[in-house]
Formats: sequence, C-alpha cells, structure tokens
Amino acid sequence: MTAYLFYFLSFVAIFSALLVVFSKNPVYSILYLIITFFAIAGHYVLVNAQFLAAVHVIVYAGAIMVLFLYVIMLLNLNKEDEPHKSYLAKIAAVICAGIMMVVLVASLRGTMQTATKSGSEIGFVNNLGKVLFNEFLLPFEISSILLLAAMVGVVMVGKADHTTQPQDKK
Amino acid sequence: MIALLTYKGILVLIVFTITLAVAAYSTYAERKIAAFLQDRIGPDRAGPFGLLQPLADGAKFFFKEEIIPNVSNKTLFILGPSIAMLTALMAGVVVPWGNELILGGNSYLLQIADLNVGVLYVFGVVSVGVYGIMIGGWSSNNKFSLLGAVRASAQMISYEIAMGLAIIALIMMTGTLSLREISLQQVGGVGGHWNWWNVVYQPLGFLIFIVCAFAECNRTPFDLPECETELVGGYHTEYSSMKLGLYLFAEYINMFISSAVMSTLYFGGFNFPFMHDLGLSANWITVLGTVALFLKITFFIFFFMWIRWTIPRFRYDQLMNLGWKGLIPLAVFNIVLSGLISLYVHR
Repeated sequence: MTAYLFYFLSFVAIFSALLVVFSKNPVYSILYLIITFFAIAGHYVLVNAQFLAAVHVIVYAGAIMVLFLYVIMLLNLNKEDEPHKSYLAKIAAVICAGIMMVVLVASLRGTMQTATKSGSEIGFVNNLGKVLFNEFLLPFEISSILLLAAMVGVVMVGKADHTTQPQDKK
Repeated sequence: MIALLTYKGILVLIVFTITLAVAAYSTYAERKIAAFLQDRIGPDRAGPFGLLQPLADGAKFFFKEEIIPNVSNKTLFILGPSIAMLTALMAGVVVPWGNELILGGNSYLLQIADLNVGVLYVFGVVSVGVYGIMIGGWSSNNKFSLLGAVRASAQMISYEIAMGLAIIALIMMTGTLSLREISLQQVGGVGGHWNWWNVVYQPLGFLIFIVCAFAECNRTPFDLPECETELVGGYHTEYSSMKLGLYLFAEYINMFISSAVMSTLYFGGFNFPFMHDLGLSANWITVLGTVALFLKITFFIFFFMWIRWTIPRFRYDQLMNLGWKGLIPLAVFNIVLSGLISLYVHR
C-alpha cells in the first residue's frame, strides 16, 4: 500500500515538475508547481512527518506560490511579449542546473543508508519540537534571526521608494 | 480495517451532507436575519415560512444558462470555483464533531481524522483556498474580476498571519495541535472535571481570531473582494449558473467550518457545562455534546450575519492598516503576555 502510494506520489511529483518547465503559460507553470508541492507533502506524510507536510503546504503552496501567482497575474505575460533569452544564457542555465543536480545527488547519496524508518514518530510535532529546542537550539535561533533580518530588509527596501502605494509594502 | 474504512466513509458522507445542508440553510437564514434586522419579512413564498427557498435557489442555479466568456481561459475558469468548493469542504475532516460513541464494544470516533497537526491542517486548507478565488478572478479576463481576486488574495494572506499568531498563543497554552485533544482539555462539569473554556484564558486571542475569520471568509465588514459599489461583483463578476453558486456556497461553507473551528478552539467544542453531573451514560453525553457543538456553530453563524447587516464595509487601506498595524502587533503582544502568564502562574 505504502509502496504504491510512494510510486504514485513520485510519478505525480516528477510529471508535474516536468510540466512546470515545459508549459508555455507561466500561470500553468505555477499551478503545476503547486501540485508538485502537494506531492512532496504527501511524501512527508508517508515517512510520518506530518508537521513538515503541513508546514510545507502552508508556507510554499499557501504563501510563496500565492505571491508568485500574484506577480505573474499582474504582469500578465503572454506568448507575444515573453522575454527571450540569448542562447548563451540558455546554455549557461542548463550547465548550472546540471551541476546543481550533480551536487544534490552527491550529497543525498550518503544519506540513503541512514534513512529513518517509516514507523518512527520523529516527525510528530512534540518530538520535532524537543529535538529542535534541545539539540539544535543555536542553529534554530540563528536561522530565525536570519529570517527576521530578511523581513526588516524587505520593509527598508519598501520604505525607500515613497512613490509606491502603502499596500504594496508587502 | 474494512469496518473502519466503511465507518469513516459513512462519516465522510454524513459530514458532507450536513455541511451542504447547513450551507444551503445559511443562505435562507441570512435572508431571514437581514429581513428581521431591516424590519422586512424576507422570503416566504416557497413552502411554510419560505423554508423551501434554498431548494428553489439551488434548482434555479442548475437551470440557468451557463456562460463562459470567449476571452476567458476556459480550463482555469472552470477550475476556479471547483478549487474554492473543494478546499472549503476539506477543512471539515479534522473538526471533532463529537466525542466517541461506544456501540457493541466498539468505539466510534465522531471525527474523520484525528491528525496530530489538526490546527495546521486547517491553516493549510485555508491558505490553499485563496487559489480558487485568484484563478477564477484572473481567468475571467475582466478588470473588475482581477481587482477582486487581487484584493481577496492580499487580504487573505495578510489576515492569515494575525490568525496564525493568535493561534500560537492558544497552542502555547494547550500544548497540542490536535483539535480533539484541545476539545478534551475543555471538558466541563462541576464534579471532578471542571475546566474553563479556552476563551476565558485567551480573550484577546479569540478577538483577533474572530476578526481574522471574518476577513478569511470575505464577509462584511471585510467583503472588499466582492464590493458591489466598486467592483460590480468582484472576482465572480463573470460567473453564472452553478459556478457562481459554487463560489457563493463555498463562502457559506467556509463560514460554517470557521464557526466549528472557533467553537472547538475557544468555546469547548463538544463539551457543555455540567456534562458529567446529569447522570447520563457516556453515549448520551456524546450525542448531547454534538448537539451543543451545533448550537455553538449556529450562534457563530448568526453572529457572522448579525455583523454583516450591522457594520458597513471597510475601506481597503483601513483593512490593510487594521491587519498589519493593528492585529499583528496585538497578536504578538498576546503571545508575550500568554508566555509570561504561563511562566509565572502555573495553572
């Protein structure tokens, strides 16, 4: 049962990820990306990481992609006025993406052996909270300060331009 | 396993039917309450007291001509109301509609899924609900629809933050994200178990939550996405027949679900006062608890409508100021306050 679900979710994730790249309409790309996020959230549920799945959906599908969609809808990109990059830029992008994949595969290969058992309850909120606030307290706090700094930075950048509407600050 | 799946399947069907019925009769209640508040009679033609009005409205929606604008993006145009309806129905899964019934030695939980991240699940579903409105508004290819969609999404994202922060204070107090455990913590009764409802400990949090719930459901005073005086009909300007019906229905379902979540989080859920002092068996208390939950939900739905016909609409900048400069700092203050109180006053 779990194996079938895993293959189904993997298929959905990879297929919609490919569609993100290949669809001509950027709005469709975003919608496929949202489906990809849901499939990945499904994978988290399969390894009993319910908290991670919920947060993944809230943050990525619920907040970040809404802002993406927001921007693309307002720009209203069509096929006619779609910006065309030069071939050099395209080839460079492909090479960069390929190198990125090599790095990801290399870094994830080692973790294959130490993968968590699907029966464990490490992904439950209370266990995750205990681990985060005991073993990884310092990295956790540092990353929260990093996020706070980014937020303050955004407010400063937004404030510098007085011509924009007050609503656009976000 | 099969028995469990069958039971859950039946429960899903029951919750689905009740949700639709409540949403349908909310439209009737809305018109009757509006009529009462404005000293009118309201719908009274279809059936006694106009009780068949929702059925007549539903039939009308199905038989109306369906218009899909030529300039619209047809796939997305149909996808929009579908997503709105789907996400509205999904949140009912984690709401504990009652405690457990014990029949013939088996215990039946009156909740479809007791997730240990129930509160976050509700948030996830609510945050995905924005897409229904955004996609529908954009694909209509109409300025008013787009403006309505943009307003809706900005409003919902803004108020989600304050809502989440209000919930964090509650979670700090309850120590769990499961809606069922939160309900069970508020069990009432003068005998051995006497616990206050969470609203007593979190009055400020509840106030922030209910204001945000109004904004999330796009209800007056925050119904700017469909502000008739400025935007014709807002994001559903181009919609007709049952697709419009789905959008309107989704709003009422959202109202029902948020009333249920509010009752569960802050008003004791399926618990009612003196529940262990009546000398009834556990099953009867469960049944009465479900009735009590629905009474609370009915009150909140009435409250939504009461506000709608009492308070005029906000201006858009006022809405944003209230959200970002009013509610978010207040919610942060509430978190600090709750933290200090729980640190120094062990309850």
